[in-house]
Order: sequence, then structure tokens, then C-alpha cells
Amino acid sequence: MLVLWNLFATFFKIGMFTFGGGYAMIPLLQAELVERKKWTTDEEIMDYYSIGQCTPGIIAVNVATFIGYKLKKITGAVVATVGIVTPSIIIIIALANIITLYMANPYVAHAFAGIRIVVIALIADVVLGMRKKAVGNVFQGAVFVFALALLVAAGVSPAVVVVAAAVAGFVAGGRR
Amino acid sequence: MIYGLLFFEFFKIGLFALGGGLVTVPFLFDLSTRYPWFSAQELVNMIAVAESSPGPIGVNMATYAGFKAAGVSGALTATFGLVFPSVVIIALIAAFWDKIRQTKVFQNLMYGVRPAVLALILNAGAELGLLALTNITGIVLCIIFWGAIHFFKLHPILYIIAGGILGIALGL
Repeated sequence: MLVLWNLFATFFKIGMFTFGGGYAMIPLLQAELVERKKWTTDEEIMDYYSIGQCTPGIIAVNVATFIGYKLKKITGAVVATVGIVTPSIIIIIALANIITLYMANPYVAHAFAGIRIVVIALIADVVLGMRKKAVGNVFQGAVFVFALALLVAAGVSPAVVVVAAAVAGFVAGGRR
Repeated sequence: MIYGLLFFEFFKIGLFALGGGLVTVPFLFDLSTRYPWFSAQELVNMIAVAESSPGPIGVNMATYAGFKAAGVSGALTATFGLVFPSVVIIALIAAFWDKIRQTKVFQNLMYGVRPAVLALILNAGAELGLLALTNITGIVLCIIFWGAIHFFKLHPILYIIAGGILGIALGL
């Protein structure tokens, strides 16, 4: 019971402080789930993202379901998912009727301009921190550069990039 | 029966929207042309709201669209519909996760996928960066924040709150 409450509270907190979608959530996942609770590792978080990227649904929700299941099976999956969506439901319903006022409020706009800057800095720190775990040799360096080129220059969808990288890993890994 | 319809439409979005962030937008646009729930113009406002309030954007959009269509119960129905497919699919994968991840094949796949995921995160950060860092002040603040994050290693929530306060104080 305590674990379930803990799961709900943790994902509620992550949902509450995630601004700007699934990737902006990674720094919070690392701080809460890897460093504080030790429920998972950085590597597993990357694996959840790659799975979340190639399976249907919202990435943030997929990651919550995955970690919830890992700790407490189906009940955990449901509790973690409800935890991550509850802040959105409460806040959006509360805002829905005053949306024009909310959006036109200069303090809200200023606060979000500041928050967005912090989110970029947090994501930059994640990329630097995960660099050593993700790119360990020349092959992985090449996959990284190639994936980035596909995303930036060719506008290939993330799911396609993940599948292509998996195929490359399968071929190269077999020869290790 | 509007709730059945809301559930079914958002269930479809949850099943077919692959990836993160704004992938739900084209689906919602399609809804705006087929149902009187919200207009395309309201959808644009909705995207702005979803991006300027906490929580995963896709979930925010479903909640807002459902609320527009049928009040609080509509919001709950749409959100439930949206997350239902992923909960089922991910729970199935998670059930076999420990077996899957031990296999040589999976380890080989992930050997290639991990650097690609890093590229995805970097790319998402850069795209957000283009929107967020619009002037020199923003860039300088971002570098200062990164330094603080890297060297002090405090909880991300503290930096997010500090960013909001600083945004208001400096009128960003």
C-alpha cells in the first residue's frame, strides 16, 4: 500500500512539474526515480524511451506505466499512470473556463518564458550526463551522428530512427 | 452518446499517435472538422494552453478537448480513452520485460538504439531551444542555469521554480 501511494505521489509530482512534453520529463525521472527512489537506472530510462517511442501513446504515460508495472504489476501500472495524468486533469479543468484571462496574463507569460529556459538547460545536462552510457565506441558514435542527421536534415520520424538504429545494433552487435 | 464517442475517438488517438509532444495535433485537427466539440481556432488556443501548463502535452490536449465537448466527465472520458491503449500495450511488454532484456538479441538492438535515443533527446532539446532562447538574455541565462544544474545537482523542480520566478522578475 505504501509503495502504491509512493508511486502515485512520485508520478503526480513528475506530472505537476513536467513542462513541454515527454523529453522535458527526463531530468525529473532521473532525479526522482534513479537518484532518490532507486527504482530504476539511467540505462533503463533510455530503454523505456526507445520502447515508448515505437509503441502507441504519449511517451510520458508509457514511461509511467512501465515503471509502475515494474514495481507493482498491473496495479502499479494503473496507479503510476493515474498519478501522472491527475495534475493535468485538475489544472486544465480549473483553467478551461478562464483560459483567455490565463493566457493574457503577463505574469504567466513571463514565468513560462523563464521556465522554458530552465527546461533547455535541464535537457542539455541530461544529454551530457547520458553521453558516456549511450556512446561508448566508434560504432555508437556513428549511430548517434547518423540519427541526428536523419532527424535534423531529413526530418525522419523518431520511431523510424529508433527502428533503423535497432537494426544497425542487431547487425553490428552480432559481430561483437 | 457523447461519452462513448469521446472515448472511442481518443482511444484511436492513443492507439495511432506514435511519439511525443505535438503528434496528437493532426488527429485533433481532424476531430475539429468532424465534430462540433471545438473549432480549429480553439485548437490553436488549446495548443498554447497545453504548452503553458504542467503535464504531458498530449494528456493536456485530451483533457481540454474532452472538457470542451462534455464538461468534467468529458475531460475524464477523453483522457481515459487516450491512455487506455498505451497502458494495455506497455503492461504487456513490461510483463515480459525481464525475460526480454536478458536476451542477446535485445541487448544487440539496444546497443544500436541507445545512441539514437540520445540523438532524439538532443534534437528535441534543440527544437525547444529555438522556441525558448529567442534573445541574448535567454541564452546567457540558459548557460548560467546549466552551470548551476551541473555543479550543484539540486532537484530539477527547484530550478523550474527559480526559472518561473526569474521570468517574472526580469519580465522575460
